[in-house]
Amino acid sequence: MGSSSYEPKSKAAKWFEERLPILGLIHGTLGAGYNAPRNLNYWWNFGSLAGFMLVVQIVTGIILVMHYTPHVDMAFRSVEHIMRDVNYGWLLRYSHANGASMFFVVVYIHILRGMYFGSYKSPCEVLWFLGLVIYLLMMATGFMGYVLPWGQMSFWGATVITNLFGAFDFYDGMGESILHLLWGGFSVDNPTLQRFFSLHFLLPFVLVGVVILHIWALHLPGSNNPLGIDAKGPGDKIPFHPYYTAKDAFGLSFFIVIFAAFIFYMPNIMGHPDNYIEANPMVTPAHIVPEWYYLPFYTILKALPDKLLGVIAMFASILIFFVLPWLDGSKIRSAKFRPATAFFFWLFLVNALFLGYLGTKSPDEILINIGGGLDALTLGRISTVFYFSYFFVIVPLVSRMETTKPVPTSIAQSVLDARKEG
Amino acid sequence: MMKLFKNIGLTAMIVIGGISFANASGDSAYVLKKNDWPHAGPFGSFDKGALQRGLQVYKEVCSACHSLNLVAFRELTALGYTADEVKAFAGEYEFVAGLDDEGEEKFRKGLPQDYFPAPFVSEEEARDANSGALPPDFSLLGKSREHLSLFTPWNSVYGEDYIVGILTTYHEEAPHGVELAEGMNFNETFTGNQIAMMPPLSDDLLEYADGTKATTLQMAQDVATFMYWAAEPKMEERKRMGLKVILFMTLLTIMLYFVNKSVWRKVKNGNDLV
Repeated sequence: MGSSSYEPKSKAAKWFEERLPILGLIHGTLGAGYNAPRNLNYWWNFGSLAGFMLVVQIVTGIILVMHYTPHVDMAFRSVEHIMRDVNYGWLLRYSHANGASMFFVVVYIHILRGMYFGSYKSPCEVLWFLGLVIYLLMMATGFMGYVLPWGQMSFWGATVITNLFGAFDFYDGMGESILHLLWGGFSVDNPTLQRFFSLHFLLPFVLVGVVILHIWALHLPGSNNPLGIDAKGPGDKIPFHPYYTAKDAFGLSFFIVIFAAFIFYMPNIMGHPDNYIEANPMVTPAHIVPEWYYLPFYTILKALPDKLLGVIAMFASILIFFVLPWLDGSKIRSAKFRPATAFFFWLFLVNALFLGYLGTKSPDEILINIGGGLDALTLGRISTVFYFSYFFVIVPLVSRMETTKPVPTSIAQSVLDARKEG
Repeated sequence: MMKLFKNIGLTAMIVIGGISFANASGDSAYVLKKNDWPHAGPFGSFDKGALQRGLQVYKEVCSACHSLNLVAFRELTALGYTADEVKAFAGEYEFVAGLDDEGEEKFRKGLPQDYFPAPFVSEEEARDANSGALPPDFSLLGKSREHLSLFTPWNSVYGEDYIVGILTTYHEEAPHGVELAEGMNFNETFTGNQIAMMPPLSDDLLEYADGTKATTLQMAQDVATFMYWAAEPKMEERKRMGLKVILFMTLLTIMLYFVNKSVWRKVKNGNDLV
């Protein structure tokens, strides 16, 4: 990700650059030294937004830690102490809690953008892998963070999710051993809270490391673009600074307006009201629901009749993304020129949202009154079948068989063509 | 083509929203009444009179069974009381202050930094005094009983409405065909319609300090306002700051839009290529 094109302007910068070439590194990564395709649309803003959210989470998180007490007897009260007594504590906590949701929103859009425009295809597979590793780390971090306030949903969410790992019971006592290791005891209790706290603090810094690798892997081939063709000629690219710094700044500013609307005017809408009740191992809430960003996978878990199969399907539904570069056999990246692929992409998105919606329902709830009535479990099974057939049947076949549209010869040419038409 | 796919997606989302709407409205035979709250909405602020009356209801009625563990007397200045009034209010409570020379408990008057004392020393004592039921702590009830929905806001249940519902929808006798368990009362709002709490309010149960007529609904709304304040004491500060942040960021966004536009002018539409 370094750049040799950087020439320090001041004497001091020159002196420093000779001893540690970090200014050149920044120049070549996020400055005028990095040339990006000229045709990136607003869907390409979400990478920098995700980076911003990671920083927000780390900064607010570090300050929250100064006032939080990771102990089953004090955690809940210390969070309320933050909300009531700490100066701007409510702002920190609401920013952090809603920030997690916003982080997932921008990352989901970032991933879907990659899917639509074929950003996972050669030579960007490792870049795609690193992105998925970031996403998996976020899932783990988000889950453990939700446990820390030690409310009812923290406790019971932790109980349900950790118990999933007990399904890996391949020899006698194996599942139990895994659970005891996760819990640090015989049930979700103080040792669980403390190890989750420790890991919730650690993982974001691991995330920073993987994000640096992700950006490194991005800068070797360079950014993909809506046309999905390689940016080769000088007319195809423009310097990252000032063009994309200006565009990212505008996008970020707009995004902060939305983020602020949540923090200041609907701070609890993404959360669960039961988490304002202190954890009580003796009282089980009527519905145990994970945070919204896990819901589609939660439905897939519940869709299978066997616990182990459910857990395997749930993990498979995420890990399947790792082989997407090979399931997709098309020579063309962007779905812009692949109408059938685009159609199934939108269907996949709608189905994923529907899976998420089903995740909030109890399995026996009747949702559509046709015939004997379709309950959430049946619909979840249909949706799950579609989810996996998208990867195993639709993408491999459609990508190899569909009639594609003509692809422009270069980015610059497409700009000139559009100019002629417009 | 793209438009068509987007339309399919949008239609599907609307259908999903519609299903959930139809579903939620068919849940219960009773509909929770929505009240007009002056503190609702982006510019809403607490009605100080209602807060003070709510505190009176809590002190004279609810606090016999319900604790308010997370609220300190010092916070009552937010209800419009002066520091001296808060000091006097705190002084009406007694707290244990260690032991005297003979090993007996010593007492002192309450101070603003003290928290509202709980009516029972333990969960066991509370259950024993309430035929097995545990009166929940009031500090966060305003938030822990609401169900907010981002996509179907009309399905949202607000904590204050729920509290008013609990307090005002008792039936003197259970509807035909409903078998009440021992010591239970019929309530439209409570989950399962059976609640251990006796109807706590009745018209003219107390005399308001400000002369307001103490109807059941009035007391219910006042105590619900007070409880929502107890759960979310920084609400007014939050909304005030939110207004400033959003105004500032909107202006900045507009400026950055034009900055971006002017930066891109050179390359927009391939101006640099011809």
